[in-house]
Amino acid sequence: MMNAPTSAPTSTPSSASIASPARRGDAIGAFLEQDYAAGFETTLDTDTVPKGLSEDVIRMISARKGEPEWLLDWRLEAYRHWLTMSPPTWAAVQFPAVDFQDIVYYSAPKSKKDGPKSLDEVDPELLRTFEKLGVPLHERARLAGVAVDAVFDSVSVATTFKKELGAHGVIFCSFSEAVKEHPELVRKYLGTVVPPGDNFYAALNSAVFSDGSFVFIPKGVRCPMELSTYFRINARDTGQFERTLIIAEEGASVSYLEGCTAPMRDENQLHAAVVELIALDDAKIKYSTVQNWYPGDKDGKGGIYNFVTKRGDCRGARSHISWTQVETGSAITWKYPSVILRGDDSVGDFHSVALTNNLQQADTGTKMIHMGRNTRSTILSKGISAGRGSNTFRGLVKITPKAEGARNYTQCDSLLIGDRCAAHTFPTIEVRHPTAHVEHEATTSRIGEDQLFYAMQRGISAEDAVSMIVNGFCREVFKELPMEFAVEAQKLLGVSLEGSVG
Amino acid sequence: MLKINNLHAAIDGKAILKGLNLEVADGEVHAIMGPNGSGKSTLAQVLAGRETFTVTDGSVDWNGADLLALPAEERARAGLFLAFQYPVEIPGVSNAYFLKAAVNAVRRHRGLPEYDAMDFLARVKAEMKAVGMKEEFLYRSVNEGFSGGEKKRNEVLQMALLEPRLAVLDETDSGLDIDALKIVAEGVNRLRSPARSMIVITHYQRLLDYIVPDKVHVLSQGRIVRSGGRELALELEEHGYGWIDAAQGDKAGGASAGARP
Repeated sequence: MMNAPTSAPTSTPSSASIASPARRGDAIGAFLEQDYAAGFETTLDTDTVPKGLSEDVIRMISARKGEPEWLLDWRLEAYRHWLTMSPPTWAAVQFPAVDFQDIVYYSAPKSKKDGPKSLDEVDPELLRTFEKLGVPLHERARLAGVAVDAVFDSVSVATTFKKELGAHGVIFCSFSEAVKEHPELVRKYLGTVVPPGDNFYAALNSAVFSDGSFVFIPKGVRCPMELSTYFRINARDTGQFERTLIIAEEGASVSYLEGCTAPMRDENQLHAAVVELIALDDAKIKYSTVQNWYPGDKDGKGGIYNFVTKRGDCRGARSHISWTQVETGSAITWKYPSVILRGDDSVGDFHSVALTNNLQQADTGTKMIHMGRNTRSTILSKGISAGRGSNTFRGLVKITPKAEGARNYTQCDSLLIGDRCAAHTFPTIEVRHPTAHVEHEATTSRIGEDQLFYAMQRGISAEDAVSMIVNGFCREVFKELPMEFAVEAQKLLGVSLEGSVG
Repeated sequence: MLKINNLHAAIDGKAILKGLNLEVADGEVHAIMGPNGSGKSTLAQVLAGRETFTVTDGSVDWNGADLLALPAEERARAGLFLAFQYPVEIPGVSNAYFLKAAVNAVRRHRGLPEYDAMDFLARVKAEMKAVGMKEEFLYRSVNEGFSGGEKKRNEVLQMALLEPRLAVLDETDSGLDIDALKIVAEGVNRLRSPARSMIVITHYQRLLDYIVPDKVHVLSQGRIVRSGGRELALELEEHGYGWIDAAQGDKAGGASAGARP
């Protein structure tokens, strides 16, 4: 526990990699071999722009989407800014430089001109793809109580339950549709949390973003169902650059879930998304992610580069933004869902489970920027490293000079499976108000041979024992997920670690 | 019936058990005593199937089966239970979940129907009462933050639930005060039955005041050097382990001298 009324920034990097051999190394090793179930490819006619990035490509994307002039200008400005920037190098991840001219920035399944008006117009092959992924879009088979926006490569193909939501005044649609139907809202809020020049990947996204989800919950409305977006990258050599914008007006509340998968390919693919959340007075936004992008094979070939900027703005008093993420996929994860606690008495939470197996690398964490009085934040991070995976928690807790009575509690736990993985923790704490109360706790443990043996001596198989221990480690985070997704997340961790025990 | 014949075991190349022989008939309770480092805990771990130890020679026959050929979880399912000297903590996994998974794994193996949540709760609550554990321990993480006595009670609880044919209790008395010791011993005595054998490993004879064994063996330098009845434990307490080591030293010296041409 640390009560830190100092004005100097403090930073306590610590890292641990355990070298002592796991006794049941063979069993655990076999355990970590997994099959990626969402790795299939869909064959479709697509509308694709040529490879590479230039002002012409941006104009082409904007024209394809029939965008207003102001949005094209916004994109071009972001692009010009991006040209002056270079990719960040401070993260604890290693990969060859990305050739930004070798990426296709727009790929959409061919359909009727203005996008499908109803599910009947959606290519049945696409519907089958989502069904295979466990996201049925058909009226009969839809997930009960969950409205879904399905994004395939660069465009949204369908949004379910729109009518039902509309009756409550809730807007839930693709970003492109929002630009057409609700330009005033988009224009008012777009880029106000993550400005176009915020960082290298956010600038790139601002220039070329193709679609994504838009959510607007009007004053006083509690969204009557879970909202969910399912992202699917399909086309080869294509990057996915979607943008999500969620606005909860005064007293509104919403729970939103994002899921993602991609086919197995030998080449790395780039996913550079931006998510902006805005909570006005007394509003609450709960954003949960179950990220299962293709992680690459066990030799580290292929997989998604997931370079994402996610930020919430607690703009109003007593507002509450909560991030929960379960990260099992991607070759590389670079992602720091953050909260700006601007309103007095606002609350920010970050709950994270990040699993790296084989050669996966994750550098993830959060920033909690306390600006309002009596703002509170909680950070709970669970990192699991297996195989030769590398898992880094990077956090910033900043208490600004006006944030009287701010409090933060941070807990970072790392679990190591096997003897070739690594876990690192880089918390940074900046306190500029004497009344601040900041606590930080960190632990590193290894799935011990002793824990495994204890469970097996009680008749439990090694496989069940590992999954029991891992789920126990993650329990505090899983309980933050909406019920049906908690079960999903638990299964996903099981799959990510599963194999036959020799 | 358990028959251990000429058992040799090593860890990291260091020999610990050096030709151990032991027979335990159904329904018998055997005590194994010995000084620190004599191989008591190694015997317990080897019987339970811990892979950190390498069996270098000898055999273990258990009801006609080759015990050493079975992996740890199969030994457990077939009815071998080890009460750990240091029960392991598993954070985030509730005791109830762990116990139910264990009991059902064993029941599946025995061809019995698995317990559902209601049946299991009824059963476990009755057993907890018998060992004097409060219900709240069901909902706490396995052994996490338990006191020494609570951990040992939790071991006895698991033994009661899993209904083993052979229970090995590894220094179950260590770290217990006399009241906790009595409760644990009562729990163990309650489980004595003609169909269940027990090996009680202890450093002190004190435990044997409460769990009265049929036979007592003294382990020294990886072998059983003396066997007898209850009175052997008392004799040992009177003379201390130095007495055994001295006797053993003489014997070893004599043997090697005799082997010389």
